[in-house]
Amino acid sequence: MSATLLVTRRMTDHPTDSHTVDRYEATGGYAQARRALTLTRDELVEEVKASGLLGRGGAAFSAGLKWSFLAPARPAYLVINADESEPGTFKDRQLLERDPHQMVEGIIITAIANEVHHAFVYIRGEYPKPARRVQQAVDEAYAKGYLGTGVFESGYDLELTVHLGGGAYICGEETALINSLEGLRGEPRLKPPYFPAAKGLYMMPTIVNNVETVSNLPHILSMGAASYAGITDSADTGTFMMSLSGHVNRPGNYELPHGITWRDLIYDIGGGMRNGKELKAWIPGGASAPWFIPEKHLDLEITKEATAAAGSMLGSGAVIVMDEDTCMVRAAERVVRFFSHESCGQCTPCREGTTWLEMILRRIEEGTGRAVDLDLAVDVSDGISIDLAWPPKMTTICPLGPSAVSPILALKDYFRDEVQEHVSRGGCWFPGSPGGPPPAVTGDRVDEGSS
Amino acid sequence: MPLLYMAMAEEGYLTEAGMEEVARWCDITPAQVLSVASFYTMYKRERTGAYLISCCTSISCMLLGGDDVLHAVEDESGVPHGETDDEGLISVEHVECIGACGGAPAVQVNYELIEGVTPAKGRELVTWLKKARPEVVNSDEMQQLFGDRRSFDWAIAEDRGAIGPYPAFQPLGTVGEESDS
Repeated sequence: MSATLLVTRRMTDHPTDSHTVDRYEATGGYAQARRALTLTRDELVEEVKASGLLGRGGAAFSAGLKWSFLAPARPAYLVINADESEPGTFKDRQLLERDPHQMVEGIIITAIANEVHHAFVYIRGEYPKPARRVQQAVDEAYAKGYLGTGVFESGYDLELTVHLGGGAYICGEETALINSLEGLRGEPRLKPPYFPAAKGLYMMPTIVNNVETVSNLPHILSMGAASYAGITDSADTGTFMMSLSGHVNRPGNYELPHGITWRDLIYDIGGGMRNGKELKAWIPGGASAPWFIPEKHLDLEITKEATAAAGSMLGSGAVIVMDEDTCMVRAAERVVRFFSHESCGQCTPCREGTTWLEMILRRIEEGTGRAVDLDLAVDVSDGISIDLAWPPKMTTICPLGPSAVSPILALKDYFRDEVQEHVSRGGCWFPGSPGGPPPAVTGDRVDEGSS
Repeated sequence: MPLLYMAMAEEGYLTEAGMEEVARWCDITPAQVLSVASFYTMYKRERTGAYLISCCTSISCMLLGGDDVLHAVEDESGVPHGETDDEGLISVEHVECIGACGGAPAVQVNYELIEGVTPAKGRELVTWLKKARPEVVNSDEMQQLFGDRRSFDWAIAEDRGAIGPYPAFQPLGTVGEESDS
């Protein structure tokens, strides 16, 4: 396995002080932000386009292309999406806690490239420690004159504000995040007309980038777009952070070159399955992604294209591994419950559909399911995500609703027998749910009584 | 939204008076404030204990026993999910993913994280909170006492922590400094 580390290099080499401004500068930090001031906007945008850097928030859209779409009106804003809440994902938390200056430098570069003078970092409310670290880094950068009026003694002004969210997954969706930053309910806006690049924050052109995306920028500038693109032979350039969790021996965040296989990831990097169990299924890109099974997908390359061709996505890079003792109905229920809870409620297919899916799965698990329930769940799913197509045909403003369908696809395509056995046996027989019904955790939803 | 947290810090949770005050500051109606506050899970509009214990039961934590940790915490504290004890000391809730999947199962006390918690350690945590009643809830201290495997190495110790059931963050003035460590 190649040991090319970029965004996690500093925290790997200097585990005790990678978050400090002194260590950051001693390891070449802020040199590229200074250099960016000497380049033209076009040069910067072209360099990032040439690097092939893809957005790391989940959509994997070309970062350079996104920048080039920014409408000419000013003021324009930059918003860093640190509302990491996709189940299975914890990579941004590590970048925020362990190397916040790297992100700040990426923000300065992005701002200069897009003529932005006010940037925001939107951190989820459940991340107070990362927020404290980032605020400390921002304070240090202001004190050094790297932020504020005339950054690096140039004529360029840049303000940076750290904002804490209120606990809502949907605010990871860029237009919902913008609404939330304006102090409103975090409901996604309709696109068109509200494309952030044209009508974003305060109705002005806005770039929304993920933490990992901008953290890559200092490295792209320092090594050059061609070298960055040359890290792998794969179509996807550079490195990619993956959050590995579930039944593996070594869960954690790994910065990896694109193009290794799932077998490499789970059995080599992840140290194999816990307690020598068999692999049953895994979710390849966060809770939103359709599931993979070993019989079909273990030797696929981990790239955007290969994953899409197999009907799933790399999303936020979160890999959730499940062993043979995992009840698929229960796992599916837990994923669907998440989307049901986090649905903002604007669009009927999502609000009603996710609630129905959750109810159907729970009754199958608890032993009161009917033989037609799986088909009913598939039918409801079809109402949220027409024809169950991949990528989904949208019935809703944002992709949250169609994401909730992913576990149902897995039950329909790979685990139909297991579902039907739940019905015929009158409940679940897997470990952890003795006697049928699972613990009454899901008797009420997380938001009940408080909203 | 920062104002809502500050209003919570005043009284321990978001009261009607607090929301009315925020409405005055922002020159909007109290109903508009309520519409925002009710959208987000972290703005608690009911009396919340000094220690808010949030157990993650999302998929990654569930796979490694998060449900059992929740039940142990509920049982030991006598507080079921979504409720607060009579004394106003402990509230228990189960929450969706808190971004600690590599250290599952994860628990937060006043949003300060503990990873690798077992049901037995969950019980010890409740007992400790009742007995020690720390003024400042510190992540590192709790991780050492009640945690095990983490998502990644934290490495750098931090003395600061939460002083109430809302996130500890300097610009909100809600961060506490540990005096005795």
